Amino acid sequence: MRYLRLLWTFFRVGVMGEIAYRANFFVQLFESLLELGTAIAGLAVIFSYTSTLGGWTPDQVLALVGVFFLVGGAIRLVIQPSLEQLIESVRDGTLDFTLVKPEDAQLLSSIQRVEIWKLTDVGLGLVVLAVALVRLGSGLGALHAAGFAAALIAGGVIVYSFWMILATSAFWLVRVENILMVFQSMYEAGRWPVSIYPGWLRFALTFIVPVAFAVTVPAQALAGRLTWQVLAGAWLFAAALFTAARLFWRAGLRRYGGASA
Amino acid sequence: MMLQYRASLVIWLISHVLDPLVYLVVWTTVSRSSGGSVGGYDAAQFAAYFIVLMLVNHVTYTWIMFEYEYRVRHGSLSFALLRPVHPIHSDLADNISSKIITLPLILAAAGILALIFHPVFQVQPWAAAAFLPALLLAFGVRFLMEWTLALAAFWTTRVSAINQVYFIAALFLSGQMAPLSLLPAPLRLAASILPFRWTTSFPVEILLGRVGWTEALTGLCVQAGWILVCLLLLRLVWRAGVRVYSAVGA
Repeated sequence: MRYLRLLWTFFRVGVMGEIAYRANFFVQLFESLLELGTAIAGLAVIFSYTSTLGGWTPDQVLALVGVFFLVGGAIRLVIQPSLEQLIESVRDGTLDFTLVKPEDAQLLSSIQRVEIWKLTDVGLGLVVLAVALVRLGSGLGALHAAGFAAALIAGGVIVYSFWMILATSAFWLVRVENILMVFQSMYEAGRWPVSIYPGWLRFALTFIVPVAFAVTVPAQALAGRLTWQVLAGAWLFAAALFTAARLFWRAGLRRYGGASA
Repeated sequence: MMLQYRASLVIWLISHVLDPLVYLVVWTTVSRSSGGSVGGYDAAQFAAYFIVLMLVNHVTYTWIMFEYEYRVRHGSLSFALLRPVHPIHSDLADNISSKIITLPLILAAAGILALIFHPVFQVQPWAAAAFLPALLLAFGVRFLMEWTLALAAFWTTRVSAINQVYFIAALFLSGQMAPLSLLPAPLRLAASILPFRWTTSFPVEILLGRVGWTEALTGLCVQAGWILVCLLLLRLVWRAGVRVYSAVGA
């Protein structure tokens, strides 16, 4: 609860910082709408030649696109800006200020900056998801919804832990923004069901850059093709990665030398 | 100078290989599920299309539209303006030299993709001969057009929205997401009327034997025409732009 309140506080700070630049909202909305329009137009072209893509119907792929925007928006909303700032502060020593605060430093570092306009991506993702759900219709029950929520939570934890591990490597490598960019560009591949990719690429998108868990697995729940084994596996992987991120963070902090001053 | 930044090279490579790779996989899946071939392309021909497209893209792409906003906003353009030659020369040299450095990487990537996806090529001798001029003209069209569009930074600091509109148009109309022949007729027409087809797709179509030699010749003329148009526009826009430029932050 306290953590949520903290997140809310940072969120309010983000709002206050940005509210003066309201034109940015429209630019961001315009760009998000364009990106969404592109994704849907691409689907329209592809599904004019086929009725299913790797076993996925158009509406199921639409749901996948919704999840893609939702998760991508959430990453760009807090995880990416906060962890970029963490990397920066490891380099210039301002992490000191975070460490002396009476809250958990990993938590503070993970939510310290909120780019509120990225909410447009989250919002559009939800809209697309809702449209896809309506079109998928009555085939969905409470079980699907529960499976979706469970898979989405696991996926969120996995993506967060993965970013956290990458950002924490800044304690040793110092300049790691580039590694984050690799994830950003690989994330784009998650726009499609990972099942269509050849084995080696599917493996990379599942375990090296865990896009599959973040996007495909939750969408699978809505497409009614999520098995218990996959869901359990996702939760196990999430728990393992989260623990690893925590341990890695501790090791990183021990390594941290503080401000150069 | 670039070779020091190995991590940036990896990112560069991923971003240039991933897109064609993803669309190649998507279209291969589509062609499999609809009986082996879609719109005159089977899996091996899609592989050939997207691998050649990746190589053509490597020759023609520019990053100038991302750079100009910075140049104008930070005033670094002022120094370029002081020099006795037009700044487009140094951009051209930059573009060519960095592509020569990265060429082995993209060739290696193309080789690996070819091993995985088994593309099929049947290249006619005349097509091979027409490919080179088409490729060079495509580079000319794209470079001049994007350089001109980049000048929008003189009038607005929000070029990211403009850039995005352009890149989305290019995604569909220059054949990046699918061979143009697979697009709906209005889009196909737009691709030929606007410069997009002539910046990337056209050389690929020639090499893969998708256009006859009369159409290839006409296409080369259209490309040359676009180069002239872009040169003219570039002069006009540049003159007007330099006049409004006031070196923010210099």
